[in-house]
Order: sequence, then structure tokens, then C-alpha cells
Amino acid sequence: MLTIKNLKAKVEDKLILNGINLQVNAGEIHAIMGPNGSGKSTLASVLAGREDYEVTEGEVQFLGKNLLELDPDVRACEGIFLAFQYPVEIPGVSTVNFMKTALNKIREYRGQPSLDAVAFLQLMKEKMKLVEIDQSLLSRSLNEGFSGGEKKRNEIFQMAMLEPKLSILDETDSGLDIDALRIVANGVNKLRSKNNATIVVTHYQRLLEHIVPDFVHVLYKGKIVKSGGKELALELEAKGYDWIKNEMELV
Amino acid sequence: MSAITSDIDLKEKIAQAFEQTPDRKNIQRTEALQHFQKLGLPGNKTEEYRFFPITRALEKNFDFDQSNPIESKIKSIYQFLIPDLEANVIVFINGIYSPVFSKVISPENEIIISDLRKAVNQNEAPLYFEKYLKTSADPFTALNTALWQDGVFIQVPAKTKVEKPVFILHINDAEKEQSICHTRLLVVLEEESELTLIERSTSIGTNNIFHTFAEEILVKENATLDYVKIQNDEGKLHQVANSLIHQSSKSKLNTFTLTMNGSLIRNNFNIAIDGENCESHFYGLYLLNGNTIADNHTVVDHIKPNSFSNELYKGVMDGNSKGVFNGKIFVRPNAQKTNAFQSNRNILLTDTATINTKPQLEIWADDVKCSHGCTSGQLDEEALFYLRSRGIPLNNAKAMLLYAFAAETLEPIKNTELKSYLDGLISQRLNKY
Amino acid sequence: MAKDNQVLEEITSKEYEHGWTVNLEADESPKGLSEDIVRFISSKKQEPEWLLEWRLKAFRSWQKMVEPKWANVKYPEINYQDIIYYSAPKQKAGPNKLSEVDPELIKTFEKLGISLTEQKRLTGIAVDAVIDSVSVATTFKEKLGELGVIFCSFSEAVREHPELVKKYLGSVVPMNDNYFAALNSAVFSDGSFCYIPKGVRCPMELSTYFRINAANTGQFERTLIVAEEGSYVSYLEGCTAPMRDENQLHAAVVELYAMKDAQIKYSTVQNWYPGDKNGKGGIYNFVTKRGLCAGDHSKISWTQVETGSAITWKYPSCILKGDYSMGEFYSVAVTNNYQQADTGTKMTHIGKNTRSRIVSKGISAGKSQNSYRGQVHVMKRATNSRNFSQCDSLLMGDKCGAHTFPYIDVENSSSKIEHEATTSKIGEDQIFYCLQRGIDEEAAVALIVNGYAKEVLSQLPMEFAVEAQKLLALTLEGSVG
Repeated sequence: MLTIKNLKAKVEDKLILNGINLQVNAGEIHAIMGPNGSGKSTLASVLAGREDYEVTEGEVQFLGKNLLELDPDVRACEGIFLAFQYPVEIPGVSTVNFMKTALNKIREYRGQPSLDAVAFLQLMKEKMKLVEIDQSLLSRSLNEGFSGGEKKRNEIFQMAMLEPKLSILDETDSGLDIDALRIVANGVNKLRSKNNATIVVTHYQRLLEHIVPDFVHVLYKGKIVKSGGKELALELEAKGYDWIKNEMELV
Repeated sequence: MSAITSDIDLKEKIAQAFEQTPDRKNIQRTEALQHFQKLGLPGNKTEEYRFFPITRALEKNFDFDQSNPIESKIKSIYQFLIPDLEANVIVFINGIYSPVFSKVISPENEIIISDLRKAVNQNEAPLYFEKYLKTSADPFTALNTALWQDGVFIQVPAKTKVEKPVFILHINDAEKEQSICHTRLLVVLEEESELTLIERSTSIGTNNIFHTFAEEILVKENATLDYVKIQNDEGKLHQVANSLIHQSSKSKLNTFTLTMNGSLIRNNFNIAIDGENCESHFYGLYLLNGNTIADNHTVVDHIKPNSFSNELYKGVMDGNSKGVFNGKIFVRPNAQKTNAFQSNRNILLTDTATINTKPQLEIWADDVKCSHGCTSGQLDEEALFYLRSRGIPLNNAKAMLLYAFAAETLEPIKNTELKSYLDGLISQRLNKY
Repeated sequence: MAKDNQVLEEITSKEYEHGWTVNLEADESPKGLSEDIVRFISSKKQEPEWLLEWRLKAFRSWQKMVEPKWANVKYPEINYQDIIYYSAPKQKAGPNKLSEVDPELIKTFEKLGISLTEQKRLTGIAVDAVIDSVSVATTFKEKLGELGVIFCSFSEAVREHPELVKKYLGSVVPMNDNYFAALNSAVFSDGSFCYIPKGVRCPMELSTYFRINAANTGQFERTLIVAEEGSYVSYLEGCTAPMRDENQLHAAVVELYAMKDAQIKYSTVQNWYPGDKNGKGGIYNFVTKRGLCAGDHSKISWTQVETGSAITWKYPSCILKGDYSMGEFYSVAVTNNYQQADTGTKMTHIGKNTRSRIVSKGISAGKSQNSYRGQVHVMKRATNSRNFSQCDSLLMGDKCGAHTFPYIDVENSSSKIEHEATTSKIGEDQIFYCLQRGIDEEAAVALIVNGYAKEVLSQLPMEFAVEAQKLLALTLEGSVG
């Protein structure tokens, strides 16, 4: 589904990604872990098409297309979804109107007819239940005045609505208490299928107790330095990131 | 105030109309004319009119030797009304009250609407006329007071809620030739009364229009006024509107001014908060394109303690348009415990559009909370990226954000038909981006 | 309340610390201003012909100009014929060594806490001292000379480096820029000159101390700083004057010129005599300060702590001509009693990607009036430019006024301007919190005001920051209303 080859990216002359290689297939969950500043969030942003980052080398194939050539909205239409670490507050834009516009644009791109108001509300109700989000949140302006947990839940709700092929969860667990973490993880697990894939970017192992990954990759100084199964996350938790750092320094 | 030499002739020419003015022997008119002649027309060095080239435009575009008000051939005003809004309609065509098109539907015990020219010589109107709006302060107030042709006097009796809004429509018919007119309004809301007042200025034809407008509105104790001004004029309108709203204790005021079209639009809008425990929401939106220049000069004057005011003006400038905002907040020495806030936010869509903004605070009392903020810039990049990452194309995302930016100013409007009409005007304008 | 008033009383009755005079014999011009006086000043200073011509041109422009009236200050008409335009402390011609400087003068500066003797080398500050209108001593000259840094009095610069002076004098503030700048250009008697050669990072703070001593004199000094490509200099300026019943005029001009990649940091602690508590006497401080960021990536930063003067009329500004150039303005202005301040800045964005930042903190007490006046002008060419302005006012007592007059003019769509202003008083809860922790009210106010001004004070070089903090506390302790 997704193939990343030797991806390098910089922001303001500072190289953040230094040759990433990654293969993600349908049905898989990949976890990307790493210490602060290792480039985890940058990777997520580059895949979603944030313009602050300049890709200097490498390529990214997504379902046979050169992802790097596409505008952010086209990537979304192709099926990429980024759950933001810090979802932006947009005063005056209602969540419902926003979601309806997005969904119908994506449907249009896929050659599906637009949903009318009734069908849309029906779908919304269904997905709201799935991620245990309250109607009152959605009648407000997009993310405005939401707590950290509410913002993250809203991200998962949007993911449920848009049914992406590849979801990238950027530190979705940060700032969540245990209950919110469980709800978010449940949402992700329910949406999982053999046709879609998920990349979970996280600093801690605890999210991975709820969303069990097939592969764990450790990012350090802009490179994937270790890959393994879910047990790698536990090993990391036990030994700490210093273990990776020391190992890398030895090499 | 500096008047350049060539403006002196122009000033005299404009003042010629005084000879044709009814009641020209009236002492107020004579004094006002003297004030106008003393103040002169504002030059480009006149601080208050620095960005508003009205004098040059009057000189270039108008023939002040032509005097008689022209006949209008308008058959219907339907297209200028607000859909589904049941209202008392008062129509002025080229500055003259039109009994044919005007229609009062509220019962007489709710509202009294009378001819201002008659009223100034009798009853209560003389108590209020020119009481707060001073002719010595602004040349166009002076000019209007000297030359006004027609106007209405609206009184809402104490403890009365006027159920249906009052809709005042100024139609300038410049189909055949230029139009020059001066209109006047006096509104008194007695204690504990309520009124929604809507004013719209519009035009037909492509000749030049010069319209001065002066209004005084008194909101007495415990009274509530909702006031909306719509300036969506397709014609070559050169308008200077001087508005003053005087608030007594415990009164409530909501205002909204929408400016979208016209050549040169100037609003001098003053609110005098002359009582305790008043509440004022003072909102405005200017959506400009083409070569329109819109200049909003606002004053919120806190004279008495313990009141609250909140001002929000927003602007989106496209094409070669120019937005000007000048907002003054005064907190007088007695006005302790005042809360006064002001915000002016602007978006420029092109490199040929400009914004000149000058928010001012003048505070002489220490136990107050006052702030102002102003910004100029583009749409928030973060928000744009967020919308796009959900599959919304750039243009739609921009339109959504512009609409959200603008629509915030509609918040204080309560009347649903009015609100949806204004909402429609805004989204129609912003959807094309 | 009663206690507050008492505290306020104590503060306002506090004597101006630098209000002494010294009996220096002075060499003065007669009162009044004419072409003859301009010629007199020029010949006293043995100036070249071109400079005299320049002065005369300025004088003639000045005669045609009118005194600006737009500032939010009130003062009686100034009689420009009643001022002595040139006063120099009498001493043997040209003291080349400090041992030759009049001992009275050295004492004067020691009273100010400034040492002209080079024993205090450790402080690492080179000082140019200007008394009345004349530079009397410059320290650390040789050491700076080794690096090619020129730091000397303006007169000396005219003699020793005429080509530099001729090139840059009036290049940032033209001689007919405004009424007071034109007056200064006609009659300026001395000042400081700095030149930092290409790539040199000036190793010590350069500093000028100004003092008005003689009666009936005006002070008209000029400062010119030129920073060549890639150089850096930090410059400090301090001012005091004796207590006198009549008002004295100070009309200075400061010009900064920054080439590509150069940085100039200019700090001022202005403590001219503010007049007594009834508003009698004090300095009229009408100053034109402007910096030109001529080259790409250049930067000019103004920091000012304004506590003195009866009237302040001052707008240190930046012309951001070079692409990616940056201007900063950090200001604390305190007014008490009958002081009036109308101060702020002007940021003119001409180059692309230019940045400016304005932080202004006004504090008004007593019966004073404190105004911020500033302009941010982003020209059409200045795409992608940014400005952030924060202007806060603090009022102490209900007899003073705080005013904010920002002008924001934007002519392109890619620039982003943000301006915020607030007005408030010191919170009773803040005071109470301090009291509850055992801090008395005076100390609490000093603490809170210093916290309020911290963002600006932290921009000052260490040596000045301490002095500025003391000044703030001195002017305002306990002035809570």
C-alpha cells in the first residue's frame, strides 16, 4: 500500500528525516517509536503533505501513485488520514458543516454521489456511537474550546467518517487519561479491516497495549534503526531509549 | 482643519444649495452653515480624513450648480426589501420621503413616526434635535444640518416593545443624472422600550451620488435598541453618514454595520455611554472589492462608570479596495469600573488592496479593564492545512475560512429573517473565492 | 486608600537624585538663534566649510517650518530666542589625556556613578561623556582603535574622519526631517560618533553619558553610528540634568546605519530632570532617533527606559530597507506628577521578509499623561513581512491618563501584522498576595512593576538593567491608587 524509499526531508535547512525506508501493506498496523526530536511527527506531516517541510530526496508510493506530487487534499481523497497531534481550533466553522464538505468532496473524488442531509446525519449518528463522542461537541465550532481528550476523540470520529485507507495517528495518546485512551483505541480497533492500514506514531508503549501493532520501528536521528514485532515495544519500555542511543553511538 | 485654496470655491458651490433649502431662516441651519464654512472640506492633511479622498471626489465627479432634486421613475421597491421580513417600511427616494412606498404596520400606540421637518418646530423633537450630534465637530454633520431636505422622527413610548422592525430604505436614483441629497433621522426610545431599526442604502443607475446622512438616536433608561446598517450599494455612491447613539443607564445596544459596495463610504459612528450599567455590542463588517474605499470611524465614549462595551470590526479587502478603520475608546475620569474591548481584524486578498487601521485607547480612569487588538494578514495556514488534509480543496477551504471569519460579526443579531438575509449576502460574496 | 495616598505622597515628594549643579566655568554663546549664532558655533568648533553650509541650510529650512502640534502634550510656547545654543565647560584646549581633564569634571561624572578614569577597566565599557553640549572625554580609545573601531566625540570625527562624517551625516535623518531635527542640524555642538568596520564584533559596550549643567542652555547633540557589513555593536546612552525652575530644551538626533548582516543595539536610560511635584521646571526632551537597516539581514534594536523629562517627544524608528532585515523597539516609559510623555516608534517595512517587534510598557502615576504613538507601515514591496506589537498601560491613581495611538498601514496581502494593547491597574489580588507573604506594599508595587516591565528590562545590558530597575522602583514605589 505504502512504500517509502530513502526519504529525506528538512525544515529551514535542518535535516530531520535522513533516509527512511518503510513498507506498509493492507491490513497491517505499524508502530513508529522514538525519543523526542527523532523525526516521528515530521514523518507523519510529510506523508500528509504539510508545506513547511521540504523533501530533498527519496520517494513515497501510495497505491501506485507518487504521493509527494499530490496536494494535501488530494492525498486525503486518495485515502490518507492524519490524526493530528495538535488539532487546530477553527472558530466559526461548524464541525458538522466541515465534515459534510469533506466527506462529499472525497465521495466526489471517488465517483460516488453526494450524501444528502438526512443520509449524512444518519452516518454521523452511527459513527458517533462508535467513538463515543457526544452530539454537543459536534454542534460547536471545529475543536474550539475542546479539551485535549475531546480533540483527539474528534480526530478519531473524523477518521471513522472518512474511512481512509491509511490512517496515521500522530501521538494520539499524548495528553489522554486512561479512559480517553481506551475509547480512542477502541475506535481505532473497530475501524480496522483487512483493506486498510494504520501507522501509530507514539513515544510510549502504553497505547500499544490497546492497539496491538504487527510491526514496531524505532526512529532515531531521522532513520529507522531497529524494526521488530510488538515485543520490541516492550523491550524499549523496559530498557528505555538510552539503550538505542548507546547502541547507535557504539556503531 | 486645513482647507486648500481650490476647495474654497467648491465649498461655496456646495453651500449654494442653502438658498433653495426650505426653512433656511431657521437659526440651527444658519449656524450649521457657518460651521461648515469655517471647517471647510477636509484636505488630505486633515487627520480624521487622511485616507478618505472625499473632497477630491466631490470636485471631480459632481456638478454643484445643478440644483433641483430629480424625479424618479421607480415603479417598485420590492427588490430592495428583505425577504420574509415583516417591517414598517420608510422609504426615501433621492432624499425625499416617499409616502407611496412607505408603509407603517405597527399600531400607533407602539410607535409614532412623523415628518421630522414638522416635528422640529413642535412637540418634543426640539428637545433632542442636535442635542448630541454637534455641527462644530465634523464638516459633513454641519453640511447636513444646514441642508437636510427631509427626515423622520421616530418615537417609541415608554414600556413598549415594537414587535415589527422599522426598515428605513434610502434609494438613490441616478439613472438619468447625478443625485445629491441630505437626509436626517431622529429616534427616541423612551424608558424600557424596545426597537429593531434597520437602515439600508441602495441605488439604481450609474451616475454619481453624493449622500450625507445624519442621525441621532437616544436610548433611554432600560431601553433596548438593535440597529443594523446595510451599505450594499451597486452605484457610484459617495456617502458620509454621521451617527450618534446616546445611551442612558441600564440601556442595551446592539449594532451591526455591513459595508460591501459603493465608491466612497464613510461612517462616523459614535456611541456615548452616558449612564451606568449599560451594555453595548458594536459590530461591523466590510467586504470590499473593486475600487471601493470604506472608512469606519467609531467612537465609544464611556462617560459614566460601570458599563460594558465590546466592539468588533472585521474586513476582507479584495481588488484595489481600501479599508480604513479608526476606533477610539474614551474612558472619562469618572468612568471607573468600565470594561471596554475593541478588536479589528483584517484580511487582504490581493497586493493592490490596503488597510489603514488605527485603534485608539484614551483612558483617564484607573480601575478599568480595556484592551484593543488589531491584525492584518491572510488566512491561518494551520487551519487551511487541516481542512485540506480532510480532502477539502484549497478554494473551498479558503471560502469556508473566510466565511467563518466574517460571520462572527453577525452574532449580536437576533431577528432570524434579518440574520439569514445578511448571512446570504456574506456567503454569496465570499463563496466566489 | 489613606495609606496609599500617604505612600504616593512620599514618593512624589522624593527629591530628584541627580539635581545638583557644579560650578563649572562655561564658554557660552549669547542667547538667541540667528545665522550668526550658527556661524559662531561652527567657527568655535573650527569646522570645515561644507559643514557650515549644511548647518545654514538646516537653519533656513527650520525657519520655514512650524513646531509640530500633533503630539498629545501641552506646554507653553517655547521662545527660541531665549535659549543659549552653545555652552562648553571651559578648559584647556583638547584634553588628550585624562590627567588633563578638569578635576571638577571628573568629579561630576563620579557623582553620576561613571568613572572616566581608566582604572575601572573591569567594567568593560567605553565612555564618551558629553556635558552641556561638548564631549569632554572618551575612554578606551586606543584599545578600540586596535580593532579599527572609531569611537570619539562628534567634533573629533569631523576633524579626523571627515569623509565618513560627510558620507553618513543626515543620511538617515535628513537635516530638514522635522522641526526639532532641523534645529539640531543647525546648532548641534557635539555628540558621539562610532564606526564599526566590516566583520568586527565590538568587544565592549560603547556608552555616552549626557548631562546638561549650565542654566538657560539647550542641549543639541548628535549621535551617528555606522556598522559595516557583518559587524556588531551595543551602545548605551544615559542622561541627567540639574534641578532648575525653568524648562530646558534638549533636541538631539541619533542616526544608526546598518549594512548587510550588521547589528546595532541601542539602549537608553533617560533620566533628565522631570520638574518638581508641581510641574515646575524640567527638560523638554524632543528627540529624533532613527535607524536604517540598509543591508539584507541587518538588525537594529532600540531599548529605552524613560523615567525623566517634563515632556518626552520621541519615536526611535527603523527603516527596514534590506530584505530579511529586522527592527525592534522595547520601551518602558514612566510618568509621574505632571510629566507628559508621547513616545513610541515607527517601523517602515520596505524590504521583503522584514520583521519588526514592538513592546511598549507605559506606567502613569500622579497627574501625568502617558501616550504610546507608533506606526507600522508595510509597503507593497515588503512581501511576507511580519510585525508584532504589544502596548500595555498601567495606571496608578485616577488623576492620570494613558493613551494608545497605533497606526497600522498595510499594502500587501502576504504580510501579517498583530497589534495588542491593554490598560489596567495593579491588581488588588496581586498586592494582597504579596502582603500575605509578608512583602510590604511599597516593595510589592516595585516587584509587580518590575515584573510588568521585565520583557523590556531584560533587553538592557546588565550594567544598565540594574540602574533601570532602581530608577523604576524609585519613581513608583507604592504609587498604587
